[in-house]
Amino acid sequence: MLKSVFSGSGPGSKLLIVLALIVFLGLALTPFLFSGTRAMETGAKIAIFIVLVASYDLLLGYTGIVSFAHTVFFGFGAYGVALATQRMGSGWDALALGTLGGVALSVVLAFGVAMFSLRVRAIFFAMITMAVASAIAVLVSQLSWLTGGEDGMNIKIPRELTPAFRMDLEIFGTKITGRVLNYYLVFFSAFALFLLMLRVVSSPFGRVLQAIRENPFRAEAIGYRVVVYRTVATCLSAAIAALAGALFAIWLRYVGPDTTLSAELMIDILLMVVIGGMGTLWGAVLGAAIFVLAQSYLQVLMAQGAAATAALPLIPDLLNPDRWLLWLGLLFILSVYFFPTGIVGRLKAVK
Amino acid sequence: MTPSLETRDLTVRFGGHIAVNAVSCAFHPGALTAIVGPNGAGKTTWFNLISGQIRASSGKVLLEGRDISTLSASARAHAGLGRAFQLTNLFPALSVFENIRLTVQARRKAGLSLFRMADSRRDLILETEEILTRTRLTAQARAEVRTLPHGDQRKVEVALLLALRPKIFMFDEPTAGMSMDEAPVILSLIADIRKDPAATVLLVEHKMDVIRALADRIVVLHNGTLVADGPPGPVMASDVVREAYMGREIEDV
Repeated sequence: MLKSVFSGSGPGSKLLIVLALIVFLGLALTPFLFSGTRAMETGAKIAIFIVLVASYDLLLGYTGIVSFAHTVFFGFGAYGVALATQRMGSGWDALALGTLGGVALSVVLAFGVAMFSLRVRAIFFAMITMAVASAIAVLVSQLSWLTGGEDGMNIKIPRELTPAFRMDLEIFGTKITGRVLNYYLVFFSAFALFLLMLRVVSSPFGRVLQAIRENPFRAEAIGYRVVVYRTVATCLSAAIAALAGALFAIWLRYVGPDTTLSAELMIDILLMVVIGGMGTLWGAVLGAAIFVLAQSYLQVLMAQGAAATAALPLIPDLLNPDRWLLWLGLLFILSVYFFPTGIVGRLKAVK
Repeated sequence: MTPSLETRDLTVRFGGHIAVNAVSCAFHPGALTAIVGPNGAGKTTWFNLISGQIRASSGKVLLEGRDISTLSASARAHAGLGRAFQLTNLFPALSVFENIRLTVQARRKAGLSLFRMADSRRDLILETEEILTRTRLTAQARAEVRTLPHGDQRKVEVALLLALRPKIFMFDEPTAGMSMDEAPVILSLIADIRKDPAATVLLVEHKMDVIRALADRIVVLHNGTLVADGPPGPVMASDVVREAYMGREIEDV
C-alpha cells in the first residue's frame, strides 16, 4: 500500500524512514502537540518549504538544471492570491482564481525562459535565470500601485481560515479555530503536492530527467528530445513552486518582495536542497525541516544558552542571540563538509 | 533496390579543415561493412554526420531513400539509425537495467508519461530483461553502470543499441580496450545481428582479425576521403590501403 502511495520511491534506508516519519507526524500533529502560535508558524513554513525545495530539486537534482529564478514562481503564486483577493474580496473563488492565475503566469514565464535558454550552456542558463529573477524582484518593488511595492500587500482570506473563526470544538485541549483549519489546508495541500512529485520522479518521465542529468548527449542519441523534456520539467517545477507560493500567501495573509522574491530566499532554497541531499525528494523533507527549525529556534536556544552560562567569560557573548547567523553559517559549513551528498545521500550510503 | 542508407557528397568543414570530404557511399541490408582507416581519417566524424550528432556542411544522408540530413539526432534514432559509441557514453549513476529500460522506453515513445509508475509498464521490463539475457548482463542488472569494469560497460553500450531495434546498426570500435576473453561476447552478438537479412551493419574497426571474420565489404577512409570500397580480400591487398596505413597492420594480411 505504502509503496503505491510513495510511487515506489520510498525513503530507502531505515533511519531515513524514521526521520521522515518524525517530520510527517510532527507536522500532522503540530496544532495538538505544541502550544503557541510560533509552533504552527514553523510547522506551516516547513510544510510549504518542503514543497518549494522539492520542486526545485526536480530541476537541480533530477534534471541537472541550475536555475536561480525559482523564487519568481513562488512569488507569482503568492502575488496571484494577493491581487485576486484585493479585487474580488475574501471569497474562496478569489483564492482559487488567484492561485490558478499565479500558476498560469509561472508556466508561461518558465516556458519562455526555457525556450530561450535551455539550448545554451548551463552557465549561461543560470545567468539568464538570475537576471530574470532580479528584474522581476525590482519590478515588483517598483510597481507600488499594483503590488504595494516594498511594503507588500495584506491579504484578506475567507473567515473560516482566520483566527477569528471559532468552532465549538476542542480536541486534546486545543480549540479548533480558523487558524487550525488554515494549517491543515496548508498541510494537506503540501502533502498531496509532495506525493504528486514522488509520482512524477517515479514515472517514465522522471527516469528520462535523470538520464538527461547523467548524459544529455546520449539521451538525445537514443531518441529523447532533450529540449522538450527540460522545458516540461521547468514548467512543472514552476507550477508547483507557484502553488507553494499561493499556500504561503494564504497562510501568512501577507506577501512582500522580501518574503517571496528575495535573493536571500533563493539562497535558502539552495541550502535546503544541498543540506538535505540533491536528486532525492526526501532530501527536501529533511533539508527544509532542519533549516526552518534552525531559523526559528536557534535564537531561542542561544538566548537560553547565554542565560545559563552568564557567569562564564566570553561564552555568553558568543551565544548572544544576535550572533545566530554566525552559528547558522557554521552549521551549514559543517554539514556540507561532513555530508557532501546531503543528509539523505549519507544515510543511503549507510543503509 | 534503394539502399537502406546512403551518404551523398557528405562533407563537413571545421574552420579550414575538411574532416569528411564529399563521401558518397551506399549500404544495403543483410551486409556488414567494415570502415577502416588510420586514426584521424574521419571515420567517427562520418558516423556523427550519419547519426546526427553534427550537421553536414554540404551533402546528404538518405535513410531508405528519404533525406534525413536536417533531422535531429533523436529524430534519426526514431527513424531507425542506431549508434553505439566509441568512448563509452552511458548514464553512469543509473543501473544497467535502467540504462536499457530508458532506451526501450525511448523507442516506444513512453517518456512523456508523467503520472504512472515506470514499474507498471510490464512490457518495458520484459523487453529489458530479454536484452539483459542476450548481452549476458543479467547478473549486473542492478549495479550502477559507473561501478562496472570496462568490458561490461562496452556490453551495456551494445545492449542500448539492441534496445533501439534499429534498421542501421552503427558500431564504433565496439571491442576497443576489451580483453581477449571479453571481446567474443560482443563479436558473437554482432555476428548474430549480421545474420538478420533486414539489418544493415556498419562497423568501424582496427583489428584485422575481427574484420576478416565479420566483414562482407570494406570501405577505406583516408584524410576524410573515401579511397577504397569493395570485398575484403582485394581491398586489403590494394596499394591505396597499403599507402593509407603506411604499410602498418597490413603486413600480416
